[in-house]
Order: sequence, then C-alpha cells, then structure tokens
Amino acid sequence: MKRASKLMGTVALGLLTAVSAQAEDVEVLHWWTSGGEAAALNVLKEDLQGQDIGWNDMPVAGGGGEAAMTTLRARVTAGNPPTAVQMLGFDIQDWAAEGALGNLNDVAAAEGWDAVVPAALQAFAKYDGNWISAPVNVHSTNWVWANKAVLDELGLGVPSTWEEFVAAMQAAKDAGKVGLAHGGQAWQEATMFDGVVLSAGGPDFYKKAFIDLDPEALGSDTMVEAFKRMETLRSYVDDNFSGRDWNLASAMVINGEAAFQIMGDWAKGEFLNAGKVPDQDFLCFRVPGSEGVVTFNSDQFAMFNVSEEGAKAAQAAMAASIMAPSFQSAFNVVKGSVPARTDVPQDDFDACGKKGMDQLAEAAANGTLLGSMAHGHANRAGVKNAIYDVVTAHFNGEFSAEEAAEELVNAVETAM
Amino acid sequence: MSHATQDTAVRTGRIARTFIYLVLLLFALFYLLPFFVMLANSLKPLSEITGGNMMALPQDWTIAPWLSAWSTAQIGVEPTGLRPYFLNSILMVVPAVAISTVIGALNGYILTKWRFRGDTVIFGLMLFSCFIPFQIVLIPMARMLGLMGLAGSTPGLVLVHVVYGIGFGTLYFRNYYAAFPTELVRAAQIDGAGFFQIFWRIMLPVSGPIAVVNIIWQFTNIWNDFLFGASFADLDSMPMTVALNNLVNSSTGVKEYNVHFAGAILAALPTLLVYIVAGRYFVRGLMAGSVKG
Amino acid sequence: MTDLRTRFQDWLPRLVLSPSLAAVLVFVYGFIAFTLYLSFTDSRMLPSYDWVGLENYSKLWGLRHWHTAIANLGIFALLYITICTAIGLTLAIFLDQKIRGEGLLRPIYLYPMALSFIVTGTAWKWFLDPGIGLEHTMHLWGWESFEFGWIKDRDMAIYTVVIAAVWQSSGFVMAMFLAGLRGIDNEILKAAQIDGASNWNLYRRIVIPLLRPAFLSAFVILSHLAVKSYDLVIALTGGGPGRATELPATFMYSYTFTRNSMGIGAASAVIMLMTIAAIMTPYLYAELKDKG
Repeated sequence: MKRASKLMGTVALGLLTAVSAQAEDVEVLHWWTSGGEAAALNVLKEDLQGQDIGWNDMPVAGGGGEAAMTTLRARVTAGNPPTAVQMLGFDIQDWAAEGALGNLNDVAAAEGWDAVVPAALQAFAKYDGNWISAPVNVHSTNWVWANKAVLDELGLGVPSTWEEFVAAMQAAKDAGKVGLAHGGQAWQEATMFDGVVLSAGGPDFYKKAFIDLDPEALGSDTMVEAFKRMETLRSYVDDNFSGRDWNLASAMVINGEAAFQIMGDWAKGEFLNAGKVPDQDFLCFRVPGSEGVVTFNSDQFAMFNVSEEGAKAAQAAMAASIMAPSFQSAFNVVKGSVPARTDVPQDDFDACGKKGMDQLAEAAANGTLLGSMAHGHANRAGVKNAIYDVVTAHFNGEFSAEEAAEELVNAVETAM
Repeated sequence: MSHATQDTAVRTGRIARTFIYLVLLLFALFYLLPFFVMLANSLKPLSEITGGNMMALPQDWTIAPWLSAWSTAQIGVEPTGLRPYFLNSILMVVPAVAISTVIGALNGYILTKWRFRGDTVIFGLMLFSCFIPFQIVLIPMARMLGLMGLAGSTPGLVLVHVVYGIGFGTLYFRNYYAAFPTELVRAAQIDGAGFFQIFWRIMLPVSGPIAVVNIIWQFTNIWNDFLFGASFADLDSMPMTVALNNLVNSSTGVKEYNVHFAGAILAALPTLLVYIVAGRYFVRGLMAGSVKG
Repeated sequence: MTDLRTRFQDWLPRLVLSPSLAAVLVFVYGFIAFTLYLSFTDSRMLPSYDWVGLENYSKLWGLRHWHTAIANLGIFALLYITICTAIGLTLAIFLDQKIRGEGLLRPIYLYPMALSFIVTGTAWKWFLDPGIGLEHTMHLWGWESFEFGWIKDRDMAIYTVVIAAVWQSSGFVMAMFLAGLRGIDNEILKAAQIDGASNWNLYRRIVIPLLRPAFLSAFVILSHLAVKSYDLVIALTGGGPGRATELPATFMYSYTFTRNSMGIGAASAVIMLMTIAAIMTPYLYAELKDKG
C-alpha cells in the first residue's frame, strides 16, 4: 500500500508512471475506533476482503472527526490522499468544491440509490447532481433517554408536551433526584438546543433559523423563548455538570441518579452496554414538542479522486458494499443509529431502533428530516461553532435569554 | 546508586534535613496523586467507575483492562491493542532523539567555544524557533514532505522531529557549555587538538547531566507527539500516541475509562524507563575530574 | 600546508552549524512567512491565495473569545512560569543535598511529563470535580465544610489549568536546575565555605548567579509550554465552562482546522508570534549581550 500511496503522490505531482499491482486496496481514513463502532466497520472490511479488496486501515479519532479532518488536509496537501474517508455533512461538500472527490454515479445508478436514500441525505451525498459519497447511517439528536424505574417510582408517564416534561423533571427533583443529566461541553449544550428550538418554534422556524440563517428568526421572540427553555433545563441540572463527559451523564440515568438525558441516539450504546433493555429498563422518546421532526447527522464515506481503473473499481465496490441493506442493518444495529436507506428490514433492531427507523421514514416523507445544527448538518463549521459559542455562554450564565438571541445574530453574521 | 560519586560542599543540620525530607516527600505525594487515580481506576471493572467511585480503591480487583489495552482493545477496525504501535514509535523516537542530541551538542559547542561574528544572532534565531506554533507548520510541512517523497513514512517523521528539536537542543547545550571554562579548549587547541577531537575528548565527557535533560525532553516530546504523528504517518508508521488517542477519544462510543488509564500508563512506560536509566547519569563530580585531569 | 589546515579548522564550526541554520530558516522562518501571507488571504479549508488585506485581523479582534484567550494566557503564563521555576529550583536544591533515595524521587517528580495529557486530563478532571473528587472525598472523611469547585467556576477555572500544568512540568524544570547545580565546580563552593559563608548566602550569592544560564533555559522552555498549552486545556476543561479557559493555542487550532477559517487562524498565529517576539527579544538581548 505504501507503494500505492507513494504512487498517488507522484501522480498528483504530475509525473505519471506505471500502475502498481496492489492498486486494488482501499485506504480508509475514519474515526470509528471504539469497540462497537470498529467491530461494525469490520463487517465492511470482511465484505470487501471477500471480493479480494484489501483494507488499509487509517484510524484517527478525536473531536467527533475533527482530528481526522486535520489529518486529511495534511495528506491531501502532501499529495497522498486516502482512497475513502469518513466524513460529515458540509465537509463532503467543501471537499467536492475543491474538486478532490471522485464520482459514484455508475454504482448509484446500478443500485438505485436515488429511490431509497432520503432527499435530505442526498443533499450532502451529491454535489452538482453527482453522487460523491456513500452514506452509512443516520444519527438523530432530538432524543430523550429516561430511566423507567425512576419514572414508575414517581408515577410518571412519557411526557408529551414541554410543560409535562418540565413537570416531570420537577417531580424528579422533588424526590431528590437530578432532573436532567447533562455534561457541560459546548457540543452537548448545542445538542440539547437542537431539540429545544424545535419544541419552541417547530420545524419551519428551525429551518429559517439554522439552515437559512435568517437574522430575523435568529433574533426573534421564539428564539428568546428557546433560550428561556434552556434556562429551565439548566435549573434541573446538578451543580457539577460542567466538563462532564456525555457517557457519565448517561451513567447517571442508568444508575437511577437522574431521570432524563437529552442526547443523540449513540447514547443507547451506553444503556445496552450496561445490560439495560429498551422499554423495560429505559425509555427513548423525542424531545417533547419536537415529535414528528428528526434532526439528523449522517456519517458518509467520500471517495477521493483516483486515476487508475483498478482503484476506481475498488472504490465502487466499497460504495456498493456500504449501501447493501445487509451491511446497513448489521452496522446500525451495533452503532445505535438507523440505516441511511429507508428500505432496510427492521427485524434485527431493538425497540428504540425500530422507532427511529419509522420516524425517519415518516419525517423524510413529510419534509421534516432536518440537518442537526449541533452536528454540522445545518450549516458550515464556522457558523456551527459560532452558535456553539453563544449557546454555551448563555447556558453558563453569561447572557440573559434576550442578550443571547441578540448575540446569536451577531455571531452568525461574523462567521458567515 | 549514584551517590558514591556525589560530592556536595554544602553541609546541613539535622532540623534542616528533616525539613528538606518533609518537603521532598510532600511534593512526591502531590506528583503521585493523579497517578493513584489512574492506577486505581485501571484496576477496576467499568461498572465501578460509572457507578461513581472514582477516587476509591477497587472493590473488585481486575487486570483485564491492562490486558485489553495491551492486546485486544479496538484501535482501528482490528482489535490489536497498543502492542503493534510500540515498535513504530521506537523506530521513530530513537533515531530522532539520537540525531537531535548530537546536533544540539555540536551547535552548543560551536556557539560557545568557536565564536564568530553573528553567532549570537544565529542563536537568537534558533531560540525563537522554539516558539513556532505547530498548528501553522502542518500544511506547509505536509507539502514539503510530499515534495521530498517522505510523506507517510518514518524517515519523514524523524526529519520533522529533528528539525523542531534543533532549537531546544542548542539551547540546553549552549547554556550548559557556557559555564565550562573556555581556557581548557584554548589549551587543547594549542596542543594541536582539532575541532572534533576537542568535542570528543573534552566536551562530551562532561556533558552527562545536560545530555540527560536533553534526552528526557526530546524523548518525551517526540514520544508524546500526536499532531505530527496523526498528520504525517501512514498506516505502517503510525506512532503509539495516535493509537492511544484512538483508544481514548472515541466520540460516540462507550468510554472504557479503565482501559484508557491502563493504556495511558502502558504508553508512558518507555519514557519512564528513559527517566530512570538516564537519571543515573545525573552525577556530580564529572566536571571536577575533568578539570583536574 | 598548516595554513590550509588552520583555515579549514576555522571554517569547520561554521560548516557544521550550517545545516541546522538552513533547516531553521526554511522550516521555521519560511513557514512563518507563509503564515503571514495566509493571514492576508481568504483561506478557509485549504490555503487560498486571494488577497483580502487586513480583514482577518479586524474579524479576529472583533471576536470576544480571542480577547478571553489573550487575557487567559497572561494569567496562565505568569503564574505557571513563576510557580514552576520556584518549585523546580527548590526541589533541585533540596535534592542536591545528598538525599537518600534521590534515584527514587527524581522519576517521581519527572513522571508527569511522560504521561500523555489526553488521558491524565481525565484523572485531573475527576480529581478536581467537586462531585466525585477531592471535595467529595473530604466530605466523606468528615470535613463537611470543605469546598473546592474551581473547575466549575468561570472565573476560577483557569487556575485549575495552572495547577495541572505546574504538576506536569515542574519536575522537568527541577531536572534542568539539577543539571546546572551538578555542573557547578565544587571547588568554588568549598572556597566560599572556608570564607565562612552561610548556606543561605552560599546559594544566594554564588550558586543562583551561576545558574543564570539554567534560568534562561527554564524561562524559554516554560514560556514555550505556556504558549503552546493545548492538550491540557482540551483534556481538562475543553475550554469551558462556556469558553472561560480558552487559550490562544486552542483558539488557533479551532479556527484553522475545526472552523475552517484558516485566514483568521493564521492571523491569530501572527499576533501570537509578534507578542512573543516583543516579550522575548529584550530579554534575550539583555541575556546574550553581556556574555558576548
């Protein structure tokens, strides 16, 4: 592979030389290194090995893919890009705009991707009408995770409105529990904000504010209301929240120390790992007030430009394997997310997984499948982080709700 | 171990000595505290940690996290543990430290004993080079390595580390040699000794303590570097820190804190070994011997 | 014949020095020039060469947390450098008194340097967390009124970063001073003692002035570490609570790579380098001049 990558380097420098015999390998840059994720990826590796395509692993974890994206830039600058790269949202579009990505139209046409991948995902996986990446999964962020024993003990059902949710947290607090388990890191606060903005303003408002970045929506009374709801949530969080890892916040719900956590569907892994069963030990439901809408982020594998036919064939084979329903099912069962195509059989998924798949299909059909602001699927990294800055500053008490909305308008404008 | 050769002129009374030992022990305690947290948690099952007992000793002692970190934990798609990456790191760190120590010693020697017009400016330039933020190095360095055909290889990484070690190596040795009597060098010169002879016979024998400092510094920095390793390494030159980072920094996976701590301690063992082995050369008396001889 | 040999010997030092100088000029000053250029362009994800003048700089100074980062660096660097130097010097002098078990204590003081902060940060974070760490433990031991929640406090969190940073590198400073102490000729000390100098005066008047080059090394190393502190903040506080512990290094990385604003990242790097130059140049000039 070293020879192959060196070769690509030379090609990039404009010195075209002979074809390497080992070109039928794929070098994959990704950040799925924790037990379950990597095991799931291994399914793909074995699938490719069955087709005589070697897998050269290049894992770089950290910061939800940030470290891997830094690595990618260094590799591309050195003229030594990997063949396939795990990517999120707008990064795919940015790399496509640089002209660095290959074309997957042939596979996509042969496998009929257009019909089975939701349009909201296609917006990221296609550039200029051409398929450039293969989506692996869909995570969604507006979930609440609850300890069922705690709710039963307090005589509470699943809250269906924001007011009921607040009342439930209050009941938990009165009983000496923590109402809401939360880790004070900017991205975790932003993840909650996804759901809270939906509950306060609905899907159209969310779209206007986070996707269209309409200054009027960003500074509106509805946004002030959303920030006020964040303050309400803040009052049910324990004192030691700041800096806590999300895993430890999940552990608080698992242990019955806290009643709820607002977190993406990857949290399910922690519950399953602790031997808990969905619907028996823990509950998953959408942030009250945001039902019917799914805010998503989707991991995809983008294919970089290669010139040799052998390498192109390997990329196509990899893309086809990723989109195969069997892989989509096997991978997502382990990962906690749901498949990126809507026609995958539900048999192997647990109760929360099935719920997620149904809701995804429904949201895709109704046009309420929206990119997650917190996870870079509503806007580019600069804007996303500018929103993070305001949300986390407000949550930590630097701004009032009104000031925060005002600040949000400024921050987004500066970052645009 | 090394006390036999030590000879300090300072004498202290009993009360003062008790006080000194007390202070030294208190600081030892301060330094060891986080290590206790790491060690204790690396010997617990995960459920005990997430159960909220982070500061306590394990109730169920287990070495499973250590075994996992060493050989079965998931680093990439394959559950290899940290084991295979040790060799990559050693192949990178040993030549890099050796080369940069030699360069540092030579530079320090030249800048103090073979002074020429403009040498202070050169030293200043090298010193200030220590401050370059590595973030801005990344992109142009990647381009240079690509042009030199060293991208994604261990020699490329060695080159990067040697280049950014020049400043510190020169600084340590120059400041150490500055205190060394120049008359001795002049005398040897008059006796007909050449540039390298003087370096070899006179300077090197007294360089023990500072070589230790430089080796500790370079070894630690290169061994623990993540940014360069992640950016300029390929799959078969990937250093240990990138592997450790992959073990620890999964974003949406289950965090196995006990395995993380075990892995961190394992990853630090070679550096610790260097501290202990190199520390033996922290001996007093070398200098005096050379002056008399 | 001898003439040629002497001339060669004259040039040899410069010849040996030149590869280092060339490498530094290209890989440090060349790259700094490149960064300076980038700071005037609209580079985002990758370097671009479209000139935008001073726009990046004006954007940079308009960012609230750039100001926070600068102020934090001031507090952090000052405390960190002073405390590390004080602890390092004290430990080195104490350890130089024919201490039993020096071979054991030295690695204990040094080991924090060996550990990658990616993981040590978690241990510190837990230790400093009032809910699970020191405060909690003290409460369990019966000291109910004990309070230590700095890491959760926006105004105090930066000091916890100082504590962890001092823990990590003061041992190395100790090693530097120890090397300096062990390099001092004992005859000088013995002569001073015969003249009847007390221990205190011996150190104050003779030893510490002799350690001046070691102080220079320590100062450069520590200020370099302070300026580059990145892992530490990321692992310990992640820049929080809010953005209260952001430092220029985390800012620079975040803008260059995470936020795809390479131009602003480059501008912040240029400002950082200029600040360092402004502080270091007079110090270095004074330090190097009177030896020259």
